[in-house]
Amino acid sequence: MLGIVPASLFFVFLSKIPAVGWADDFKEVYPWIQDLGIGFSFNLDGLSLFFALLVTGVGALIMIYAGYYMRSYQKTNRFFGYLVFFMAAMLGLVTASDWITLFMFWEFTSISSFMLIGFKHEKTAAREAALQALLITGVGGLALLAGLIMMSLPYDTFSFEAVINDPQPFLQSRLFVPATLLILTGAFTKSAIFPFHFWLPGAMQAPSPVSAFLHSATMVKAGIYLMARLHPVMESQELWIYTLSVFGVVTMFVGAWFALAQQDLKKILAYTTVSALGTMVLLIGTSTAYSVTAALVFLLVHAFYKATLFMMAGNIEKITGTRDMNQLGQLNRYMPVATVISLLALLSMSGIPPMIGFIGKELMYEAKLNAPAAGNFILLTGFLANAFTVFVSLRFAFGVFWNKKQDFKKQPHEPDLSLLAGPAVLVFISLLLGIFPNQIAGLLGPAFQAILPGETLIKLKLWHGFNEILLLSFLTVLLGIVMFVFRKAIIRIVSYLNSNYFNLKLSQRFFAGIDVFLNFTKKKTAVVQHGYHRFYLMTIFIAAALLLILTMPAIDFQFDFDLKFDGLSFFVMLAAIMIIAGSIAVVVAQSRLVALIAAGFVGIGLTIVFILYSGVDLAITMVMVETLTVVLGAMVVYHLPKYLNYSGVGSRIRDGIVAVFFGFVMGFLALQTSKPTTITKISDYFVENSYPKAFGENIVNVILVDFRALDTLGEIVVLALAALGIVSLLKLNARKKSSR
Amino acid sequence: MKTEILKIAAAHLKPFLLILSLVVLYRGHNEPGGGFIAGLLAGMAYVIYAGAFGVGKAKQLRLAKPMFFMGLGIGIALFSGMIGLMNGAESIFTGVWTTLTFGTYSLKLGTPLLFDLGVYLTVAGMLVKIIFTVMEEDV
Repeated sequence: MLGIVPASLFFVFLSKIPAVGWADDFKEVYPWIQDLGIGFSFNLDGLSLFFALLVTGVGALIMIYAGYYMRSYQKTNRFFGYLVFFMAAMLGLVTASDWITLFMFWEFTSISSFMLIGFKHEKTAAREAALQALLITGVGGLALLAGLIMMSLPYDTFSFEAVINDPQPFLQSRLFVPATLLILTGAFTKSAIFPFHFWLPGAMQAPSPVSAFLHSATMVKAGIYLMARLHPVMESQELWIYTLSVFGVVTMFVGAWFALAQQDLKKILAYTTVSALGTMVLLIGTSTAYSVTAALVFLLVHAFYKATLFMMAGNIEKITGTRDMNQLGQLNRYMPVATVISLLALLSMSGIPPMIGFIGKELMYEAKLNAPAAGNFILLTGFLANAFTVFVSLRFAFGVFWNKKQDFKKQPHEPDLSLLAGPAVLVFISLLLGIFPNQIAGLLGPAFQAILPGETLIKLKLWHGFNEILLLSFLTVLLGIVMFVFRKAIIRIVSYLNSNYFNLKLSQRFFAGIDVFLNFTKKKTAVVQHGYHRFYLMTIFIAAALLLILTMPAIDFQFDFDLKFDGLSFFVMLAAIMIIAGSIAVVVAQSRLVALIAAGFVGIGLTIVFILYSGVDLAITMVMVETLTVVLGAMVVYHLPKYLNYSGVGSRIRDGIVAVFFGFVMGFLALQTSKPTTITKISDYFVENSYPKAFGENIVNVILVDFRALDTLGEIVVLALAALGIVSLLKLNARKKSSR
Repeated sequence: MKTEILKIAAAHLKPFLLILSLVVLYRGHNEPGGGFIAGLLAGMAYVIYAGAFGVGKAKQLRLAKPMFFMGLGIGIALFSGMIGLMNGAESIFTGVWTTLTFGTYSLKLGTPLLFDLGVYLTVAGMLVKIIFTVMEEDV
């Protein structure tokens, strides 16, 4: 049922296709933080529409699939909450037209991804994978924010238009290189580009609908989207072109290589996804009309077949109880329909006609043949990566649907219709678009314009005639088949090489790094947070006193006081005597209770002072706080051991010095404030505006609940948190006692 | 500590203190008072009761749900900030005022008062929660 929302959104977006391209038609701007030039603004141009259709279209199918897939799970409403949250975040990301807005939604997708990967939170592996994905994309997100801010510094605004319409100020600014690298770090972590790719295979701990939706079709494409979005700004920059090309090529090859010898169906798909993402980065970096067309087509193609395959992998796991290649086989007998759907998707992945995957691959070869820089090397690695993909597809097909090995945990059968509907629709579209490819030109055209303005989309054709590209395609498939014939040897060799030479263990190293950091912070915390309350207090007092002394020159502090004691009323004298006597009593008291009561005495004395100088609010509060302090203190004291002379003479002298020092500083400050100064006080504003603007005569109250209401809100939240902290500490202590 | 005098005093003081706290809360805007003080007063009503009858009895009182009131208080405070926003103000916590008139009596109400109510509930809840927990520890 939840599928209805994304589905209807999909059709809304679909209806916008003819209209998109005339900018400003779909602009929504809400003022947000105007002083900083940040707007909460959205715009729907060709590129945004392309991604929005992908998110809603695949999203609708995934929702239908997940509705049935998740039935056996607990807490599914939470799951769907996360999923819808992600979808909204992703839509916000691709339609935002302000860098800060984009960043915000970018982080939302990271958070929802974290919760979805860790959905089976009882499993340690799922928790670790979730944390790893969050930390990597989180660090990337921070880098991205820094980069975006640096990029927008030469402009007064964070809107896309500023930098896209007039890139020169940014390109010539000193921050160009760091900003570009930071933004790319963000994009690379999100899109699992080498060396940040390792979180994606780990993310396969998530339930299959999540892998199909977030980790193949949409979220990992966010980095691609960002690069495509920035491409018009950067296209002439060597830094941009080379970084994208190099990282793209490496990721493309590394992903395909590691996919070769995997046994877990979802891991295989994850590594081919990494490879595909690398390919897209490479294609954008190549920056020709061919390559950008290829990037867009391949993005679409990949989303279709990969989402299909992930959903099928989920089905297979659900039905047989395993997704290990070593245990699967001969499923074509039990689930013919599922077999046909999977095979078509695998054909698309291998780039074999008549699927749209073929067109994608043809365009890729075309782009690589025409690549301006290092074309031959890119072509060779691309060729190998594609052949590896063919090999992997063959292995997938054979290993799951024909191979004789069988070790099912359950008796397999055809999956339910609703579990097949989503994959079937996607495969059907892939097939249809393969035969009539120009149907999507209307969609790709405006998206293309947003990436490479001034050029036109290459016409899509299934049949290009006999040429070198077709030959390359043929050779790719041939190499894949040859590799498949020698699969046992190849898998053995690759596994051997992987475990002995290419054992990068990035994931383990990442966690080791985290451990080192945690140990460091533990030590640092142990030094700063030593746990002695009296030293905390001392630190606070000394720091406060020193800071006050430092600011004294700024307020034109003078040490000439004219203290007059005559003319003081009887009550003031009484209060002063109370305070002084109380203070002395606190210091010399021989039991805690006496000290506490003496402290209360000081408080009451202060209260009298407040009443005399018409601070009634303060006085009332003071009375209550003092009373409560004494009551609470008495309760605590009741439990403590008898007054022991725990502090020696030395520490007493030290405490005394600190106390007197702080007292003097505060005293001087109090005397200073009573003198007329040139500083304009903010309190004057409150006094003048309290009644006219806030309709209140009690200024203290008006400040609390109106002028500074946000501060007060923060304070009551802190109060509530403190209460929770105290309660949990005490309860924990009680539990320990009872268990002892 | 459980004397009869204290018990009788506490039982009678409780409603009185609660009503007083509401009065203090309302008059806070123009005269000494306000949510913080009122919250302390209301909390005191329960603390005294607990002191006289023991925490167990005090916990059974109808309104003794400190955690709920703490949450409600923060919620109300936050909500009061949103009202101004919904009325088209530019930032949150922009005051909105109305005057309710019942015959000859008129009552001035505004979002700051609502906010103060949130403060009141949170402070009272916090106080009661902490003191009850500490007192339970005593037993």
